[in-house]
Amino acid sequence: MARSAHPAGYSGLPRWIMVPAALGFGAVLLPLAALAARVDWAGFLPLVTSASSLAALGLSLRTAAASTVLCLVLGIPTALVLARASFPGQQLLRALVLLPLVLPPVVGGIALLYTFGRRGLLGPALEVAGIQIAFSTAAVVLAQTFVALPFLVVSLEGALRTAGHRYEAVAATLGARPTTVLTRVTLPLILPGLASGAVLAFARALGEFGATLTFAGSLQGVTRTLPLEIYLQRETDPDAAVALSLVLVAVAAAVVGLAYRRTLSGALGVGGR
Amino acid sequence: MTFQLEAAVAARDFAASLALAPGETVAVLGPNGAGKSTLLSVTAGLLRPDAGRAMLDGRTLFDLPGGTWLAPHLRGTALLAQQPLLFPHLSVLENVAFGPRSAGAGRHGARQNARHWLAEVDALHLAGRRPGQLSGGQAQRVAVARALAAGPQLLLLDEPMSALDVEAAPMLRRLLKRVLAGRRAIIVTHDVLDALLLADRAVVMEAGRITEEGPVRRILERPRSRFAAGLAGLNLLTGTITGDGILATDGTSGLAAGATVTGTADPEAAPGQVGIAVFRPAEVAVFREPVHGSPRNTFAVTVTDVEPHGGHIRIHAGGLYADITAAAAADLDVAPGLQLYFAVKATAVDIFPA
Repeated sequence: MARSAHPAGYSGLPRWIMVPAALGFGAVLLPLAALAARVDWAGFLPLVTSASSLAALGLSLRTAAASTVLCLVLGIPTALVLARASFPGQQLLRALVLLPLVLPPVVGGIALLYTFGRRGLLGPALEVAGIQIAFSTAAVVLAQTFVALPFLVVSLEGALRTAGHRYEAVAATLGARPTTVLTRVTLPLILPGLASGAVLAFARALGEFGATLTFAGSLQGVTRTLPLEIYLQRETDPDAAVALSLVLVAVAAAVVGLAYRRTLSGALGVGGR
Repeated sequence: MTFQLEAAVAARDFAASLALAPGETVAVLGPNGAGKSTLLSVTAGLLRPDAGRAMLDGRTLFDLPGGTWLAPHLRGTALLAQQPLLFPHLSVLENVAFGPRSAGAGRHGARQNARHWLAEVDALHLAGRRPGQLSGGQAQRVAVARALAAGPQLLLLDEPMSALDVEAAPMLRRLLKRVLAGRRAIIVTHDVLDALLLADRAVVMEAGRITEEGPVRRILERPRSRFAAGLAGLNLLTGTITGDGILATDGTSGLAAGATVTGTADPEAAPGQVGIAVFRPAEVAVFREPVHGSPRNTFAVTVTDVEPHGGHIRIHAGGLYADITAAAAADLDVAPGLQLYFAVKATAVDIFPA
């Protein structure tokens, strides 16, 4: 982690490395600049405040928030078990849990469909209980959770490993029950990792497209999140698609800025001694 | 007997047994990797031995294989580690209140208790600070208060002074001497002075086994284990403190009773107390004739033994040792039975209350 600017002394960098590095920066920044250049600024506000746009934005924020909460509820225990417990098959389980990171989201959507869909693994049981998940807002949240959970787990497990378990051992010898140790020592110690993990998960949920489309479909106000709305508008109203894209870029930039600041202050706060 | 432990950890080739009387402090000495910390971890419940049992005040801590295994938080064995390990997100006061809170005390009662123990370690003025704002010595003092506030039936100390700088260590040693008096504790250390000043009894661990056990003085004077023999490079004189930096010996170290030693007194040493004077054999100069001048101590001794000792010659004379070069030994023509004078500067002698 870059903690401070380079010292004024010898950097050890060959000069030619600036050329591919400049291309690297360009590869990320140029498309964003092109997008910004293409924005119809005069029509920007009407475009992003149309009924369908606002519905999509609202749905996106609500579902992303819900799936972030779900990620925290499921991800904290998962990361704790992966980092602290020891059992046979742990390495394999860790690799499998992280699979959604590299899996094409559309494959995740199909997998979810065959789990929660009407003819899926849990379909009959859910039908008996009167619960219909596929193609509902709940499906959007599930799809987003599926792809975002690994981000939280990875970030949290790293924080747990860095913190070590010496504080927990001392807390236990002072008479603290495991639940007390968890709430008063472990979680406060990894709070910065928890915060940046949650922010990353939120960002990933906000951008979810493939799994959502496959598992939840594209019903305005119910399952059509902002990325789906942008994809749809692209066919009929490119200007609206560009304007909405810019909104997503802005939200993503804010999220990254927030996560970066948290990580930095976290590193200074906990790693101090 | 109120604490008894017997444990074996095959993976670390550890097999030891230990017993502590009420109010007794035992020092565990030994080289790195000898199993000293394993002993503490097994006692605290942080490491599960393959076999063995331990009892504390009639409660079974563990009985393996197959029987009881009490979780660390149920044992009443607070651990003080090398690092203070104060919880960085809690204030000093909340750190010390952590044990009482965990035991079910209310916020107010726990804080009151914490203030009491902070006062006990002279750290009440630090109550509002964060651990990151403390010096190493202050943090370890707070850690002592935190361990004591948990009200442990057995206090475990794992080299509590080893991470401190030379100025902070003596202060913590004095503090520990005060709080460990009459308290049941196991202190792991590699500093013989800690064992001497803080413990009633010492055990020496080597390669996962206890190789020697007894009063610290006895181990230092008549070491049976290789490790203790290496430690025994200190001259110890016991007696009564008679003045500022003056000790009248009691005649147990080969000197006549009443012979005085002048040295640098520990701040807590007061006239009338029983005390010990400590100095290194390398600080001793050896003469055939009595010498005077500069503030030094001169003792008339009779050589009992001469042996090579790490590139030097070690002269044994009663209970005292001197290390001199081979050339000096040849000049003096040292041999058992020879009358010599050991001289040591007052600045090289430390005097502690025993």
